[in-house]
Amino acid sequence: MSNAVSALQGALYKGYCTVEEAGLVGMITLRGDLSSDAIAKAVKAATGAEMPGQGKITEGAKGRAGWMSPDELLLIVDHAAAPKVVEAASKSLADEHSLIVNVSDARAVFRVKGAACREVIAKLSPADTAVMQPGMLRRTRVAQIPAAFYLEDDQTAVLVCFRSVAQYAFDLLADAARDGGEVGV
Amino acid sequence: MLILECPYCGVMADETDLHGGGEAHLKRFGPGSSDDDFETYLFHRANPKGVHFERWRHVSGCGKWFHAARNTMTLEVYGTYSAQTYEPPKAIINAVKKKHPEWEGYE
Repeated sequence: MSNAVSALQGALYKGYCTVEEAGLVGMITLRGDLSSDAIAKAVKAATGAEMPGQGKITEGAKGRAGWMSPDELLLIVDHAAAPKVVEAASKSLADEHSLIVNVSDARAVFRVKGAACREVIAKLSPADTAVMQPGMLRRTRVAQIPAAFYLEDDQTAVLVCFRSVAQYAFDLLADAARDGGEVGV
Repeated sequence: MLILECPYCGVMADETDLHGGGEAHLKRFGPGSSDDDFETYLFHRANPKGVHFERWRHVSGCGKWFHAARNTMTLEVYGTYSAQTYEPPKAIINAVKKKHPEWEGYE
């Protein structure tokens, strides 16, 4: 078994907000008809979370379920548990038109912490971060790469992007969070 | 800056979140059609000064294609709607007609 490492292995930057690579995070893409009961049940079994509505992310005992598009969910679970979750969900959705893939190692996750975490992301993305509340998920872009983000709480934004652009994303966030770069000073 | 509401995500996505797909509601003429029809389908595009129906893709969001009715002169947006339709829905047509009673209508 290879030793799984995250893209930037917990890189940290401290500016007026803290930018931290979140380390290993289990992520599963689930595609299918989101109105189906079987899929809602599989989501519940995998994460403990309810089926999220449009643009929402829900939290359960074992993880989160985020709405990515009308037929796609992002399940965020423990990294080590992800292969088993995929196996269980594939089994329970065998008769359902669906697709379940473990994408944990294809992605990178960053946490932006601080009162101005919304501003750091607003500098980089066209999304209206002021209207974002915990429980909402927005798929958009940061500078030149696609990314999705949600708020864990009012002071913590979590940003997900592809692993291949992890360094780029970290550099962007770190630059946006640099001391002296506060908005409205 | 052009801002369109993605009918799938429900978010106001700006132009940089989107990718333009050209004229909407084209009818395909494939194998077996006349050369004239095929040429029209491939190359002839409306380029109106005014009301225009276009395809857009929410490329860095949900990745879905949708349709938008907008004005190429004023950049006013009359509405966006699902791509799973052959012609603009009534509500969109009415929204355009309300603003431009003289508009000759869709095709």
